[in-house]
Amino acid sequence: MFATLRIALMAIRRNVLRSFLTMLGIIVGIAAVIVGVSMGTGAKAEVDKRIAGLGQNLITVMSGNMSRGGVRGGFGMAPNLSIEDFDAIRQEISQVTAMSPEAGTTAQVASGNQNSSVRVSGVSDEYIDARSWALKSGENFTAADVRNASKICLIGATTAKTLFGEGIDPVGQSVRIKNAPFTIVGWLEAKGSGSFGQDQDDVLLVPYTSVMKRLSGDTKFRFIFVQAESPDAIPLVQEQLKELLRRQHKISDGKDDDFMVRNQQETSDFFNANNRIMTVLIGFFAGISLVVGGIGIMNIMLVSVTERTREIGIRLAVGARGRDVLLQFLAEAVLLSVLGGGVGIAVGYWLAPLLTQLFQFPTLISQSSVILAFTVSAIIGIVFGFFPALKAANLDPIDALRYE
Amino acid sequence: MPAVIQLEDFHKTYRTGEIEVRAVRGVNLIAEPGEFVAIMGSSGSGKSTLMNTVGCLDRPTQGKCLIDGVDIGSLSRNELADLRNRKLGFVFQGFNLLARTTALENVQLPMLYARPRITVSEQNRRAAEALELVGLGERMDHTPSRLSGGQQQRVAIARALVNRPTLLLADEPTGNLDSRTGIEIMGIFQKLNDEGMTVVMVTHELDIAHYCKRIVVMRDGLVRSDAPVTARLNALEEIQKLEAEQKAVQLNP
Ligand SMILES: Nc1ncnc2c1ncn2[C@@H]1O[C@H](COP(=O)(O)OP(=O)(O)OP(=O)(O)O)[C@@H](O)[C@H]1O
Ligand SMILES: [Mg+2]
Repeated sequence: MFATLRIALMAIRRNVLRSFLTMLGIIVGIAAVIVGVSMGTGAKAEVDKRIAGLGQNLITVMSGNMSRGGVRGGFGMAPNLSIEDFDAIRQEISQVTAMSPEAGTTAQVASGNQNSSVRVSGVSDEYIDARSWALKSGENFTAADVRNASKICLIGATTAKTLFGEGIDPVGQSVRIKNAPFTIVGWLEAKGSGSFGQDQDDVLLVPYTSVMKRLSGDTKFRFIFVQAESPDAIPLVQEQLKELLRRQHKISDGKDDDFMVRNQQETSDFFNANNRIMTVLIGFFAGISLVVGGIGIMNIMLVSVTERTREIGIRLAVGARGRDVLLQFLAEAVLLSVLGGGVGIAVGYWLAPLLTQLFQFPTLISQSSVILAFTVSAIIGIVFGFFPALKAANLDPIDALRYE
Repeated sequence: MPAVIQLEDFHKTYRTGEIEVRAVRGVNLIAEPGEFVAIMGSSGSGKSTLMNTVGCLDRPTQGKCLIDGVDIGSLSRNELADLRNRKLGFVFQGFNLLARTTALENVQLPMLYARPRITVSEQNRRAAEALELVGLGERMDHTPSRLSGGQQQRVAIARALVNRPTLLLADEPTGNLDSRTGIEIMGIFQKLNDEGMTVVMVTHELDIAHYCKRIVVMRDGLVRSDAPVTARLNALEEIQKLEAEQKAVQLNP
């Protein structure tokens, strides 16, 4: 075994440039696998982090139904969750600890001579509990504020920084949203950088009544967030929500829902479905380049066998068995592809963080993908090296010696 | 003790398409242990064909070839390989060394395939010993391209010897060498033969054949004569004579 490897290594060393060119296909293929999988895993980790950040035991009710009719533009649909729906949920479903609608709009927000375009979310007083957000200073608004459509707001960390400067407590100050003055009552704790190109901390939370009456004029919500009292309660609450909303929306039996009820797991699966498609696609192309790389190895090994016919003859003449020659060429092919795989993995390790740095694309190299890449490259060596090796092993000693 | 080589009505016919070449047409030959045989004959008379069969690289098309009493026609590919590895040393017409591989590694080659396995340190030791024996102790790390013809032939001989064969076969071992180097090679063979190794070699040169103990002459695939050498030459003495002559030339310009 050791001797076979030594012989193979000697043969590879004898022609360094050609060996490298042979490995190139495998290097590219394996690097693509590593980077591709790291993109998939990175995106998934990011989604999971975001979903976990949504809050505990959170159930999200969304307008529209993306699984219906194949139209993926569900977010583009008009909001269709009403205040009546929201009140019905509050009255009829127990096992709920907090709930809030969300009626979002983007507006120009100004303070003094600073101004910025900010996401303004209309929510209830239970919103920050439902999503497990914390206040750095000040206080949350109350149910009474929601009833009265008070002109008050909670400010996100980024927005506060933009309008008032780093580290300055904005509580008590006022901002103008679309020129209407709102008093800041609470300063939200930073939640760290978000993803999907959105900063979670660049936000103003305003009573939903205020947003609907004073800012957007909307009468429907896009989302309703419901926090179940325990993980065990989630399926039941989901079931009750569906039933209730179908009733509220007067959807007859056999018709599809015009809303979606998702728990965190399902939300994460939904986003990850796209990632999976991407991973499969990248995997597909990486697979093709691996096959091409494998064929490259086979090609070179075939040339090598022909070129080294005399060498094979000499080896057979001094007592090598067919199996020895087979193993030697197989070892050479496997060594080539595994070395290529090793270099490919190194390239992947170098490329993935670069991708994150240059394009802010989350990447995460998983150990299993490295093991997979290594195994695949070894298998490629065996599969594509076998035919040339067999050809070498079956040579007749005297014919091989007489070759040329 | 069985004969080392026993050929019984040995035929070899090459078939290339429609054309048949009857290279050897019924040879009977016996070589006992310790013999030193020269095979002579004109080009195309079937000498190499005979050597290749005796060397277990090829099989007879008719008749039998027994090595140490074993009919090689009955052996499998693997058994033939093992026989070549254990009992036979072959020095080829044209040295057939591995290019870009050092003398030491070339000599190690047969040991890589030895059964049971030989440890690497033992391989190194034995390869060095064999190179020492053929007078190449100083050139172990040279590749063939950096060795002269005579030196390459010595490496080939060392390789043939390294597994301590009972039978050494050499196809024109002195063919491409000057006469002095040729005599030196014959000196190595004589030494090995004195130690009990059976040697069979092909040569075109009658004076080289006179270092052997027996001369077999072939023509058209048949043995035409088979006789012991009467006035046998000793390589050591011949070299001493050559050196004396050279000195004499240098002293009297
Ligand atoms: N592989 C082969 N296929 C067809 N014919 C062959 C083959 N090998 C040898 N021959 C023929 O067999 C005959 C004997 O060849 P062989 O090589 O044994 O001669 P030789 O005595 O060794 O000659 P030389 O002294 O030139 O080496 C020749 O006529 C040759 O052409
Ligand atoms: Mg010949």
